[in-house]
Amino acid sequence: MATVHVENIKKTYEKGTVTALENVSFDVKSGELFGLIGPDGAGKTSLFRVLTTLLLPDEGQAQVAGFDVVKDFWEIRRIVGYMPGKFSLYQDLSIEENLNFFATVFNTTLAKNYHLIEEIYVQIEPFKKRLAGKLSGGMKQKLALCCALIHEPKVLFLDEPTTGVDPVSRKEFWDMLDRLKSRGITIVVSTPYMDEASRCDRIALIQKGKILELDTLDKILGRYTQNLYAVDADNRYQLMKDLRMPAEIESSFAFGEEQHVTLRTQENGERYLTNYLTERGHTSITVRPILPNIEDTFIKLMLENQ
Amino acid sequence: MILMMPIIQLIVIPLAADYEIKQISISVVDQDHSPYSQKLVHKLTASGYFQLVEYTQSYAQASKTVNNGNTDLILTIPQHFERDLIKSNKAQLHLAADAVNGVRAGLGTAYAAQMIGDFNREVREEWMLLPKFNEIPQIEITSANWFNQHFDYHLFMVPGILAILVTMVGCFLTALNIVAEKEVGTIEQINVSPIKKYEFILGKLIPFWVLGMVSITLGMVFAFLIFRIIPVGSYLTIYAFSAVYLLGVLGIGLLISTFADTQQQATLFSFFCMMVFILLGGLYTPIESMPEWAQWLTRINPPAYFIKVIRAVFIKGSSFSDLIPDFLAMIGFAILFNALAVFNYRKRSA
Repeated sequence: MATVHVENIKKTYEKGTVTALENVSFDVKSGELFGLIGPDGAGKTSLFRVLTTLLLPDEGQAQVAGFDVVKDFWEIRRIVGYMPGKFSLYQDLSIEENLNFFATVFNTTLAKNYHLIEEIYVQIEPFKKRLAGKLSGGMKQKLALCCALIHEPKVLFLDEPTTGVDPVSRKEFWDMLDRLKSRGITIVVSTPYMDEASRCDRIALIQKGKILELDTLDKILGRYTQNLYAVDADNRYQLMKDLRMPAEIESSFAFGEEQHVTLRTQENGERYLTNYLTERGHTSITVRPILPNIEDTFIKLMLENQ
Repeated sequence: MILMMPIIQLIVIPLAADYEIKQISISVVDQDHSPYSQKLVHKLTASGYFQLVEYTQSYAQASKTVNNGNTDLILTIPQHFERDLIKSNKAQLHLAADAVNGVRAGLGTAYAAQMIGDFNREVREEWMLLPKFNEIPQIEITSANWFNQHFDYHLFMVPGILAILVTMVGCFLTALNIVAEKEVGTIEQINVSPIKKYEFILGKLIPFWVLGMVSITLGMVFAFLIFRIIPVGSYLTIYAFSAVYLLGVLGIGLLISTFADTQQQATLFSFFCMMVFILLGGLYTPIESMPEWAQWLTRINPPAYFIKVIRAVFIKGSSFSDLIPDFLAMIGFAILFNALAVFNYRKRSA
């Protein structure tokens, strides 16, 4: 059975002029680590706020663990853990005080549910007397996760938990999510980082309030076989300009050290690109076919939807 | 910090903002130069309230002094003042006041009038000794100042400021506190929790209620230490009223916090409320002298009741039973504002 069921959710702001969510539907299976991936302003936070009963949708319906987000919000508030995108614990309370406070709010105690958070808590325990406002970004996230877990939630909603966190802490954070998942907690997590998609069981690519694609990462990547080439040459700026001109080239994006280029024609792309660039006077040209990664796929989907 | 600000106010304002006016500058235009006119001038200056800045014959000269701001009052003693007084049994004086500062002008003319009246009586008494005059029936008014015999301004002001102090702690701090939670985002975490609306609001009310009670206690301690003012009435009455009044003020703070999104908005709005509270609360100006429509407004202004009650208990020693109508009004405010706040507080947005 689906733990989170979303059906045709629509949400607009400013009297309907700004659309945040447009007919969003998806299911999250029990015990799944589900990723909502999309750029800033895609509607991820609005969706989280609807699912955590903070925001009433204009249309559509949604259930969390079988409870309706509009009617049964009291039950939902008891069983979900929510970590908002913005750090929102009491900055003037210490780590320990924050945990005790949220434990009390949910009618439990830190001692009783210590086992739930032990693994994460031990990392910040040495600083437990420190005020939450004085913690580093990674430690804040760990504390926020502890506070969201203290009442043994069935479903965990994490809104951009790794934004603004260093790469090492990000990796650690995802490792923690894996362990939580193995305990049977259903986790819905959003992120603007495409590379984190590989850590999710299934992902939904979301853009401008619409879900573009929803599946496991491999299946999504497999579905969009593209004629994709990584291109590099000495004069990078000229290369970028030249690659934008021919009609055969569908898209060209800077990607790290290289230029990712897709072609409309299927055959001999490599030879076509090499010839074209030599004609334009480029030197040290390298062209190699590559498999699209999640970002390439997202860009393609985005262009198709515009 | 929170408690220091109002306490400093409590100490400074009654000392500085004193309505008792001394040292009123007066110009005398004496066109009579008679023994009686001399006597009158002497009487005025000897009182200690007036300071003679000018003694001239020309009204134009005195009026110039007023324009320079060097004098507050002009007393004109016309020619033949003494002669008229003796011959026709009456004489006229002219009193002009610089009314830019209305309070000073009003009090100055009042003092002067009182003294001229005194002078008049003395003259009569002098003549009364002469048998050729019949005794003139007259009514003399003497007033006794009850409860505040010496017109001690501090005794009037300190209890009023004490009331404002409690209002500030209650209204400002509650409003700011909840809005701060909105700004920082902690309210999000609370909103997704199973905490009920009333639990949240009670959680916010109780600490500030206690703080308010502490601040009134501190206020009374300072009122005693610095001004030696002790309530004539019972402390129990003061605390009973403070307890209920605080609930009402906290309700106002909560209500503000439900529709303000930032601390800036909350501050501005609380500031606006405080101005209205103070100006329509009878702290500085008596409610009885306001126009009727303003008097109606004071009836829906909670601090007006509290200021009145605190003053009554402090100065008159009113008992609880004397003030039951005010108590009921305060209960009404407490219920009204808190109900509105609870009604207006939303854990979820549309």
